[in-house]
Amino acid sequence: MTGDTKIGGRSGQFPATRWSAILAARSQDPAEKSRALEVIVSAYWKPIYKYLRLRWGKPNEDAKDLTQEFFARLIEKDYLSDFNPAKARLRTFLRVCADRFLANGFKAANRLKRGGGAQHISLDFAAAEAELCHTKISIPTIASPQAMDDFLEKEFIRSLFGLAVETLREFCARRGKQVHFQLFEAYDLAVEESERTGYEGLARHFGIATTDVTNYLAFARREFRRIALEKLREMTASDAEFRREARALLGVEPE
Amino acid sequence: MNWLSDDAISRLQAASALPDLTGTRYRILQRIGSGGMGAVYQAEDAVLERRVALKILDLPDDSGELAVRLLREAQILARLEHPGIVPVHDAGTLADGRVYYAMKLVEGQRLDRLVTSMSVLPDRLRVFQRICDAVAFAHARGILHRDLKPDNIMIGPFGEVLVMDWGIAKILHQPAKSATKPDREAQAAARPMWKTGHGTILGTPGYMAPEQARGEVENLDQRADIYSLGAILHFLLTGQPAAAEQCSTGTKNQPSRNPSIAPSTAAPSMPRALAAIAQKAMTPEAAGRYHFAAQLGEDVARFLDGLPVSAYPENIFQKVARWGSRYRLAIVLVLTYLVLRALMLLWFRR
Repeated sequence: MTGDTKIGGRSGQFPATRWSAILAARSQDPAEKSRALEVIVSAYWKPIYKYLRLRWGKPNEDAKDLTQEFFARLIEKDYLSDFNPAKARLRTFLRVCADRFLANGFKAANRLKRGGGAQHISLDFAAAEAELCHTKISIPTIASPQAMDDFLEKEFIRSLFGLAVETLREFCARRGKQVHFQLFEAYDLAVEESERTGYEGLARHFGIATTDVTNYLAFARREFRRIALEKLREMTASDAEFRREARALLGVEPE
Repeated sequence: MNWLSDDAISRLQAASALPDLTGTRYRILQRIGSGGMGAVYQAEDAVLERRVALKILDLPDDSGELAVRLLREAQILARLEHPGIVPVHDAGTLADGRVYYAMKLVEGQRLDRLVTSMSVLPDRLRVFQRICDAVAFAHARGILHRDLKPDNIMIGPFGEVLVMDWGIAKILHQPAKSATKPDREAQAAARPMWKTGHGTILGTPGYMAPEQARGEVENLDQRADIYSLGAILHFLLTGQPAAAEQCSTGTKNQPSRNPSIAPSTAAPSMPRALAAIAQKAMTPEAAGRYHFAAQLGEDVARFLDGLPVSAYPENIFQKVARWGSRYRLAIVLVLTYLVLRALMLLWFRR
């Protein structure tokens, strides 16, 4: 490609090189592999934990152990080397792995009790359990494989957006744009529609002009999109997979 | 980190999907369509106070190829100033890095959706002639569309026919004109920035010429579009696309299979001359097709005028039948006159 088109500028906004956690997880370099698995685990542990709790009806203590053990085994046994993005989505692959893992659940639990988990992963299960209280889903409705995939997709989006929000918070703090983030938090992250305050109300609350609210929100949303897509890019192995996943993430499936 | 509710996720999705038009003259009104490369939005041009359509790349790709392709599409459209081709107004990059171009908002219907409401054959054929006109103009400017199909034809509320979606168009050559200074600038602007490699298959099965389906990118010329025009004519005549397995006639490593496609099989009441026109345009070997889109349009015009068409050699009976059909009114009037005259003669002789 010739990148010198006049009107196609700002190409710096498009990542020039991709770093894929999926590919890096197969690396022989331990540091690279560890970083890759950290990225994958950070995005997927909550969906898997919730899946074990809801689909398999595991008590929270068992689900904690099983989630720990599942991801420890994912790393130990190099499960990701079998993942083929052309055949399935990563979350479907992980669900199938989790189901197989659960089929040998007793063995796994025993291994854990014996100290079989070679690598300990620090996960905030209290937060995941609190989130589970908000989940409006009845167990029988996620019985079919499609419904389970839909549930995991929704939880994956929640998890990835959550990570992106945290990164945005840090990004705004570093650049002295805390008000931008606070506006974004108050307006776009409000739990219920009824909790949202209008632009004029926000302007009064923050002591800024209404036009500033518009501009600050535009900035925060722009950066949020960029961060979310960067995180998703890290969790995909190819451009085609990234585009497919991004469309699902942003709800912009082609018609 | 606070829990993200379903409402918050929906808001974040909507906010992330919507293009950031900060700093532009446009304001999004609604999304009106989307495809493999991007989405099309209805927007308001705040400066000129008019509605436009914005085609925006929805997601970045690793190589940036899609952005280049979208811009190239805009540049091609800018070269094709014709009533049958949607005009482009502006192109650029949004604050969020997404590439876009603005074009005329066509508030019509796609041909594939409208065709059922066009019950009269001449109406369909006149639409087809307009498509041929636009494609012939593009060919004269050295542009090959490569994805002609009913979905890419819009019919406006006043009957205007517009050929859309030049996203995979190929520049064949520069117009045959002396290179004045503005022309040199135009050439520089239109220099291909993105090129399809030989072996790449781009197009739509059922409307794609066999050589295009085989990925013979370097060998494509205007006759590939003529095949697609033939497939559109087939669709207009029969109301259904030519079967993909018939049209594709093999993939990259397979030879052509089906030598001909007969719309008359799908619609037995079809005039044979029209079926022959579609069949000639869809001949698997490019050499057997019309050489120019204008010739194809002309044959259809001749059919509409009751004249012989080049694709269908007639025998004497068919000539008489066509002549009779063309001058039906005059023949009826003359025969009526003769019958009345004969009756009057008989009456007065009695």
